[in-house]
Amino acid sequence: MGVDLKHVSFSIDGTPILHNVSASLKSGTVTGLLGPNGAGKSTLLRLIAGIDKADTGSVSLDGITIGSLPRREAARRIALLEQNAAPSVELSVLDVVLLGRIPHRTKLMGSFSGDDDRAIAVEALTMVGADSLVDRSWQTLSGGQQQRVQIARAMAQQPSLLLLDEPTNHLDVSAQLALLGQVRELGLTAIMALHDLNLAAAYCDQILLLDEGILVASGTPAAVLTPEIIGTVYGVDCFILEHPRGGHPVIVYAAAEAS
Amino acid sequence: MTRGLYLGWLVAGTLALILACALAVTIGPATVTLTQVAGSIGWHLGLSAEPGAPVLVDAIVWQLRLPRVLTAALVGAGLALCGAVMQSVTRNPLADPYLLGLSSGASVGAVCVVILGLTFALPVAAFLGALLALTATLSIARVGGTITPVRAVLAGLAIAQLAGALTSFIIFWAAKGDSYREILNWLLGSVAGASWGSVTIAATALIVVGTGILLSATRLDAFAFGDTSAASLGINVNRTRWALLGGVALLTGAMVAVSGAIGFVGLILPHLVRGISGPGHHRLLPLVAVFGGLFLVIADTLARTLFDPRELPVGIITAFIGVPVFILLIKRKRSHLWA
Repeated sequence: MGVDLKHVSFSIDGTPILHNVSASLKSGTVTGLLGPNGAGKSTLLRLIAGIDKADTGSVSLDGITIGSLPRREAARRIALLEQNAAPSVELSVLDVVLLGRIPHRTKLMGSFSGDDDRAIAVEALTMVGADSLVDRSWQTLSGGQQQRVQIARAMAQQPSLLLLDEPTNHLDVSAQLALLGQVRELGLTAIMALHDLNLAAAYCDQILLLDEGILVASGTPAAVLTPEIIGTVYGVDCFILEHPRGGHPVIVYAAAEAS
Repeated sequence: MTRGLYLGWLVAGTLALILACALAVTIGPATVTLTQVAGSIGWHLGLSAEPGAPVLVDAIVWQLRLPRVLTAALVGAGLALCGAVMQSVTRNPLADPYLLGLSSGASVGAVCVVILGLTFALPVAAFLGALLALTATLSIARVGGTITPVRAVLAGLAIAQLAGALTSFIIFWAAKGDSYREILNWLLGSVAGASWGSVTIAATALIVVGTGILLSATRLDAFAFGDTSAASLGINVNRTRWALLGGVALLTGAMVAVSGAIGFVGLILPHLVRGISGPGHHRLLPLVAVFGGLFLVIADTLARTLFDPRELPVGIITAFIGVPVFILLIKRKRSHLWA
């Protein structure tokens, strides 16, 4: 589903976190949300998910303002993967994925983890290639497996919009590439906060670059990831090469002694 | 676990609870048989025309032992439910009405109205005490918007100590007669004074609040990965958390009003029962209530028979069983997740 941000501003206890962010994201595209630590990436994801409400401005999905939807309705459309989420009790992989069915249950008793929910959960695990983990305990999984199961949880939620907050954190290179490849294959509208500019350049259709709560650049990776913009926002010196296969930009940082 | 196996556990637990209650009524200084117990209950419920037991035996069963055993079962079920709910919505495996100071706060409220002779207000005062203690614990434990399990337990310890001291002070200051025993009963918990009035209070609270809690099972599941995750699953986090914690304060208040502050039932029962039911609350909650009731009926029977004719406050028994389990929980490998 298409996402429209119109003049979104948000502050916490008087401290401005986001200021006048506007963007329009097409349905089915993958968007990278970039910016230094504290730029407001996670906050923007929470606003898009409808968990927090913008002070001014609006977030709308296919023309429906998120703030006007009841929480459960929003949860049926949008799935959010937090960074480094850990459960407080021991859960099996199936338990975790079944959590994604909560917004679809009837309001009062819900199901007794009904067979339909179970089938959808197993299907979601199969989709991310994790069906062999179904009976494992969450706590025994590797970081990459945990993220994959979280994506399955999000898919069990059957969303039209997938939000991911630094999904590649603490993953090794192959797990990072596998995960982002997976997100692209799902074919959903996805917005993910990322730290790695090269991963964003390789896997995203467009980039939103935030700095201190202000959207400083947006557009295709090639348009946003230029030495000038990266130098201004991150304060680092870099070169841009062309990827030998994909043609997308590759960022090479100037070593400290060279500058 | 399959649905059939789970239902098997639930039925077996319920039968065990009924059997334990019946046996507990037969145990005591005066010999009473199971038939006499059944006869007495049947007569009072109008199921049989004849009194099924001699007058004295009937009085022992109906006036003394049955209200006490039923109170123990209801309090055990209520406290275990409270623990399960608190552990979910605070994401704290150490959460429990006793450790977080609710029970002690409720005791202060209860003792105040008992001293003033306003016993009709007992459950309300205990509820207010529990609510106040809960609010105090959570605001002390909250630093920068987050509450870690360890900080919550430390804050609860402080509040429990303060409330315990207040309870003791009020009784010393005002009570006549055997104030030591009375203090012990409030601080350690006892169902020795249980009457049909106690049963009514405990049963009403358990049915009303317990139903609300059972209907919130899905919402309790949603808290597994924390507040943001619960919100993204469609839960109105703040409203849900405060409604459930308010319910817990109400239930704890009612239980403390009839039995004082009994520890460790709410802490250990959810952990033990999760081993059988799994973490899902649709299965955990009914089973934890049944086993909580069973646990306290057994503990109370031990409390009044182990050193017969002297009687221990039941809280001593639950602590002897609960503390080793508590230590095991702390020592478990994954305890680093709690800090």
